[in-house]
Amino acid sequence: MNEAAVITVLIAMLGGAIRVSTPFMFVALGECLTEKSGRVNLGLEGTLVLGAMVAYAASYHTGSPWVGVLAAGVAGSVLGAMHGSICGLPRVNDVAVGIAMMLFGVGVAFFFGKPYIQPTAPRLGSIPLGFWSDNASLKSALQVNPLFFIGIALALALAWSLRNTRWGLVVRTVGDSAAAARAMGISVNGVRLMTTTVGGFLAGVGGAFLSLSYPGSWNQGLSSGQGLMAVALVIFARWNPLRCVAAALLFGGAGAIGPSLQSVGITQGYYFFNAAPYILTLGIMIATSSAKHSARDMPGELSMAK
Amino acid sequence: MSNTPFATGAPRELIDPLGTRAGSSDFAVRLRANSEYVLIPLLALVIAAGLFAFFLMAIGKSPVDFVSYVWRGGFGTAFSFQNTLQRSAPLILTALAVAIPARIGLIMIGGEGALVLGGFAAGALAIPMIGHAPPMVALVLMALFAMIVGGFWVGFSGFLRYARGVNETISSLLMTYIGIAIMNFFVEGALRDLSNPNKPSTMPIGDAYMVGKIPGTQVHWGFAFGLALCVALYFLMARTTFGFAARVTGGNFRAALAQGLPVGRLIVACSAIAGACAGLAGFFEVAAIQGRANASLAAGYGFTGILVSFLARHNPLVIPPVAILLGGLVASGGLIQRRMDLPDATVLVLQGFIFVVLLTSETLYGRFAIFRSTKERDRT
Repeated sequence: MNEAAVITVLIAMLGGAIRVSTPFMFVALGECLTEKSGRVNLGLEGTLVLGAMVAYAASYHTGSPWVGVLAAGVAGSVLGAMHGSICGLPRVNDVAVGIAMMLFGVGVAFFFGKPYIQPTAPRLGSIPLGFWSDNASLKSALQVNPLFFIGIALALALAWSLRNTRWGLVVRTVGDSAAAARAMGISVNGVRLMTTTVGGFLAGVGGAFLSLSYPGSWNQGLSSGQGLMAVALVIFARWNPLRCVAAALLFGGAGAIGPSLQSVGITQGYYFFNAAPYILTLGIMIATSSAKHSARDMPGELSMAK
Repeated sequence: MSNTPFATGAPRELIDPLGTRAGSSDFAVRLRANSEYVLIPLLALVIAAGLFAFFLMAIGKSPVDFVSYVWRGGFGTAFSFQNTLQRSAPLILTALAVAIPARIGLIMIGGEGALVLGGFAAGALAIPMIGHAPPMVALVLMALFAMIVGGFWVGFSGFLRYARGVNETISSLLMTYIGIAIMNFFVEGALRDLSNPNKPSTMPIGDAYMVGKIPGTQVHWGFAFGLALCVALYFLMARTTFGFAARVTGGNFRAALAQGLPVGRLIVACSAIAGACAGLAGFFEVAAIQGRANASLAAGYGFTGILVSFLARHNPLVIPPVAILLGGLVASGGLIQRRMDLPDATVLVLQGFIFVVLLTSETLYGRFAIFRSTKERDRT
């Protein structure tokens, strides 16, 4: 492999990291908010797939991709509200409900998504940030979707408001000690329902990115575990929205290895590189967990923490 | 262990010892206490079916037609019922892969990965043996290899849970994706059968190495093995020291530690048994149905198995009837798709409805006075 090829691969990986990381970012931010309130929603994989389908269908019918993004968010918040309200009942296990919501979301998406596999829907446009460069591959790598910046802005807003607003304090209190929150007169289930719903909205928007920007079409193999990896990523990011963005970029880079190598004609081990994000996720989980004590900065009410 | 509440469904432990002294017979008390664990899941099934019927009506299809096609496609004739039994075999085994770890307090959902990789391992092992080893030897070796690979695959998640505190639900699902990627890597690469231009597959294992049917039926032996394993694992979990220790660990992790139980080994052993069951399911999919390993192995049996195990309340003896019920649903999917012009995901939607309603119904346990003994009712 000569120098030019290495540079091509690196540029492709940079562009790939930006593209691939966006859905990770949205799902991780949503899950981060949900887990901050002390509940795990493993169903975001289903939310992501349903969001992708709804966004594509809405964009196809209305001709406006941004309506698709909004519709995906609404569909995601419906699934989130379902999860939130079911888990509000006593004796119900949130991890198990998450698995059920995953299967439910994927099933509903495949059911209604079948007619949309063929037609082409209008996609989201990109901002050409590579205008200053003459390098064609750099130009295409820097075609950045506005959702990427919206995600970063959201992460900043979420991090700031979790730390500095009354609302953020309420969410953190509910997440760290439900008893303390109840003593303050806060409705624990109400707060968790709200955070799960908002989390579902964000995951749905992440799904919209999958079908409307990159890879940019709707099919049944669109998401294979991104939603789940994003949940694992939140643990790695130690429940901090800003670290979620960094972790999403890292995961995006790992996911972009395979396609980048393919772009310079290296197809060997393509399936291995496809598995790279999963292996990276697992490796990170192994490295950051401990049997002796629960993870640092973990909300005390999480069922994983007990 | 975090996830104890849902796994403590073993009815026997929940009988109030006072109940027996309350004057009514032991059997009546048992019946009263246990019927809760039958009636509430049945109620959940009925509600889910009702919601699904509304769903079908909302999109302009007839629920009555749906039921009749499920009956015809899954249960109505001898042929369709045998097809259902055949499809329930992998469901039984993958449900066991969820039920056994559930007893020790783990939510393992890696059955799909262990099935795919176990099936692939069996198919790959068969190729160099063709023409050399007698079929019985080859089949036993293939089954053992599938079970070892599957057992390792899920056992690893159990090990990570104990040794590193890694959430087993997430890690087992990640292992599933990794397992499918490994199979694709080999099936489309080094082990691809180049004479088969259609679907990337390994070389066929050949008719001599195919598992036969149970005599007098059209059902392969996987079903019989599934039933036998259900009974065997029920006894292992309910009647042996190992099972008792595992259930103590699932019920109260700290108490198990304080008692000096080898919790690490118990967790890994339960996970490995689970993976071995799913691996065996993969072996039968390859050696009794497909004849070669390819991407059709990832047909979602592992995920339906999760639902089967939850519906059966992780009781191995209840798994077979539930698996047959859902196997019939899966088997009739094609007929529903053709005759009612519904997408093949219809069955997935129904499964989703059942799963969500079932888990919601967890909240109903202990709320109905009718299931409690009279003495207990007087006290409250």
